Amino acid sequence: MHSLNGLRQQFQYTFNESHKRARIVIGLGTCGIAAGAEKVWTAVSNYIETQGLEIAMMATGCVGMCYAEPLMEVHLPGEPRFIYGNLKPENAVAILKRHLQEGSPSPEYIVAQDPRGYEAAANIVKLGDTPFYKEQVKNVLGRCGLIDPDQISHYIACHGYEALEKVLDEMSPIKVIREISNSGLRGRGGGGFPTGRKWEAAYNSPGSKKYVVCNADEGDPGAFMDRSILEGDPHELLEGMAICGYAIGADEGYIYVRAEYPLAIKRLQKAIHDAESVGILGDNILDSGFNFKIHIAAGAGAFVCGEETALMHSIEGKRGMPRMRPPYPAQSGLWDKPTNINNVETYANIPHIIRRGADWFAGMGTGNGKGSKVFALTGKIKRTGLAEVPIGISLRDIVFNIGGGIQNDKGYKAVQIGGPSGGCIPENLLDTPVDYDSLLQLGAMMGSGGLVIMDEDTCMVDVARYFLHFTQDESCGKCAPCREGTMRMLQILEKICDGQGRPEDLDTLESLCRVVQSTSLCGLGQSAPNPVLATLRYFRSEYEAHIYDKKCPAGVCTNLLTYKINAEKCKGCTLCKNVCPVDAIAGERKQPHTIIEDMCIRCGTCISKCTFNAIYKG
Amino acid sequence: MRNYNENVQDMRYLTLDKIMDKYRDTTIKIIPVLQETQEIFGYIPEKAIKAIASTLEIPSSEIYGVATFYGQFHLQVRGENIIRVCTGTACHVQGSGRILESIMKTLGLADGVMTTEDLKFTVEPVACLGACGMAPVIMINEDAYGRVSLNDIPEIIARYQEKDGEENA
Repeated sequence: MHSLNGLRQQFQYTFNESHKRARIVIGLGTCGIAAGAEKVWTAVSNYIETQGLEIAMMATGCVGMCYAEPLMEVHLPGEPRFIYGNLKPENAVAILKRHLQEGSPSPEYIVAQDPRGYEAAANIVKLGDTPFYKEQVKNVLGRCGLIDPDQISHYIACHGYEALEKVLDEMSPIKVIREISNSGLRGRGGGGFPTGRKWEAAYNSPGSKKYVVCNADEGDPGAFMDRSILEGDPHELLEGMAICGYAIGADEGYIYVRAEYPLAIKRLQKAIHDAESVGILGDNILDSGFNFKIHIAAGAGAFVCGEETALMHSIEGKRGMPRMRPPYPAQSGLWDKPTNINNVETYANIPHIIRRGADWFAGMGTGNGKGSKVFALTGKIKRTGLAEVPIGISLRDIVFNIGGGIQNDKGYKAVQIGGPSGGCIPENLLDTPVDYDSLLQLGAMMGSGGLVIMDEDTCMVDVARYFLHFTQDESCGKCAPCREGTMRMLQILEKICDGQGRPEDLDTLESLCRVVQSTSLCGLGQSAPNPVLATLRYFRSEYEAHIYDKKCPAGVCTNLLTYKINAEKCKGCTLCKNVCPVDAIAGERKQPHTIIEDMCIRCGTCISKCTFNAIYKG
Repeated sequence: MRNYNENVQDMRYLTLDKIMDKYRDTTIKIIPVLQETQEIFGYIPEKAIKAIASTLEIPSSEIYGVATFYGQFHLQVRGENIIRVCTGTACHVQGSGRILESIMKTLGLADGVMTTEDLKFTVEPVACLGACGMAPVIMINEDAYGRVSLNDIPEIIARYQEKDGEENA
C-alpha cells in the first residue's frame, strides 16, 4: 500500500513553518459572515496590502464563539495568538495598527490569548481558561478554526486521513466495525441508534453494490453543528464516510446537504476534488485496491427529508416522502441496495475513534452515551455558539457556565432541546445529565443537539404553537394522523393564543397528541406532539392563564395584551401619540397620555418609541 | 421591471437544453434539473416543465409533483433580490416575527403578497438558515445579516435598491 507519510511530513513542515511567520486568521463560516467577518477581512487585507506588510491572511471555519463574531486572531512570531472579538471593519484596522506599532493588545476587544508554547501576556485570559472553553473537549470540532478548510494539506498535516490509512493497511472490515461498536458511539442526529450495530447490519446484507449516505440535511431549527463541520473541516466527514465504505463494502457515497447551506456545498465540492487528486478518494485508494467515490446531492428545502427513507427518495430525485420500515436501509436503501446512513457529526467521530482507539472514546461520557457531543447554544443566552462537551454533563453547566446564563440577566424559563421533535426542560430539572436516556425520561430528546434557551419573556404556549406550525407546514401529507392531526393541534393552539381557548381544549389536545404520536408513519409525526406534551407537563399554568384569565403571562400573545401608560412616568412628549398608526392614544402635550383600549391594535410601536419607559404591557 | 423580448427568452431555453443534456443519462435527474432551471429563470415557468418533460421523457405530472413538494422551488415569478427571513426557533424567540413584519412594511407588501410590484424584491420566510448564534438572521441573495434590529432594516434594504440603480446606470 502507498503511504501518505512522505506527503504528511512535507505538509506538516509547511504548516508549522506558516505558524512561525506573522499571520492573521479570520473565521469565515456562515455565522462569521453574517456578523460581518467578510468586511473585516477586506478592510484588514487592504490595510496589509497598502502598507506593504509581510503578514499572511488565513481563512478558517467557525471556532464556535458566535457571541463574539467577527473574530480576528493576530499571530506574530514568538508571541501567543491573540484573539480579538466583536469587530467592525473600522476598529479591526485600528486594533491591528495598535497591535503592530505598540505591541500591545487593545484590552476592550481582546477575547483571549492562546500561548501555544510562547510566553503568555499578563492580564489576558488564556483561551483554555475562559468559561466558554474550560469545560469543553474538542474532538469533532478540534480542527475547526485552526485550519483552512479549503486546504487538504492542512487537514493531512493535522492527523488527517491517518485513520483511513490505518484501516486500509491493518484492519479487516469486521475489525473496524467491532472497534466502532466497542467505542459505544451512538447516532448524533436524533434517535441515537448504536452506530456499530447499524454498520454491522449493512455489512451482513448480501449484495455487491452498497451505499454510504450522509445525512447533512440539518433541518432542526436551532442546530448548526453539522454546518460548522462541513464548512470548517469537510475532510473529517469524507474520511469518516470512506472508512464506513471500507467497513460495509460500499464503493459509493452520497452526501445529502440542505439547499440552505451553499457555502458548505462549495467547501465539500473542493474537498472531494482535492481528495481525489491526491488519490485518497476514487479508484484504488492509496494503492490498496479499495475504491470509494463521494457525490453531493443538494436538498431542495423539505424538513421531512431528514428522515432516512425520505432522504433516500429525495436523492433518487423523487418527492421526499418516508415509507414504512422494515425493510431498513441496511437491507434495502438507496435504489433498493443495502445502505448505511448516518449524520455528519456521527461520521466525523469515526476517524478519531479509529486513530485513538475505542477505549479512549468510551472513556468519555456516561453509561449509555459515550464520547463527546456538540451542542448549539442559541436563543436568550449570553454566549451563543457551539460547545463540544462530554456526554453526561449537566444542562446547568452548559447553560450557565459555558453559556454564561441568560441575556440581560433576565430569569431562566426553559431550554428547548431536540428541536421540533424534542421538549423543553424547566429550571428544577436543570441538573439532569445530558445523555440519551435521561432526556427521553423528561419527554425531551438529544436530537441533533440544538439548545434554544428561553427567558421569562418567552410564552411557552406560543413556543408550542410555533413548533406545531413548523411540523404542520413540513408534514409531507402521506399519512393521515400527521397530516390532519398536526393541523388540528395547531388550530387549537392558535385558538388558545388568540384568547378563544376553552377548558376542554387541553384534554382534546392531549388525546390528539397520543394519537399522532402512536399512529404516524415516520419520526416527524411521531415526535411532533413532543413540544406540546412537554410544555403541558411543565408549564400547564401558562395554558390555563391563556384559557381562564385570557392573559399571556409572558406578554407575547398580542390578542391577550393590553398596553397601558404609567401616568407617573409619562411626560406628555406626544411621541407615542404621533407614531400610533390608528390614533389610539389620547392626551394633551405635557399631560400624561392614555391608550384607548378598544382602538389599540397592539402593534407595539408606542413602546419602542417611548423614551421614558412609561408604556407597559399588562 | 425588466422586459425580456423573444430573443432573450429563446436564449434562456437554449441554456435549459444544454443543462438537460448533462442529465440525459444520469439516474438522479429531476431535482438538480429543477434547481438549475430556477437559476436560469429565477423561478420555474410552466413552459420549462413541459420542455423538461418532453426532453427527459418524464411525465410532467411527476416533475410538477416534485416541484411542488420542495420549499425551494417556485412556480411564480420572483423578484431580482430575494430576502430570506429566518424563522427558526432561535430567531423566533429573538423576534423574527417583528423583523418580517417590518420588512414587509418597508417594501409596502401586505396580505400574503410576497413580491414587490416592480419585481425588485421577494420576501421569503424560511426555516432555519443555520446561523442561530447570530439570531435574528436575514439573508439577501447570498449575503447573510446577523443580529438584525428593527432599525437596521430600511438601511439594509436601501443598499440593494441602490446597488441595482448603479448597475442599470
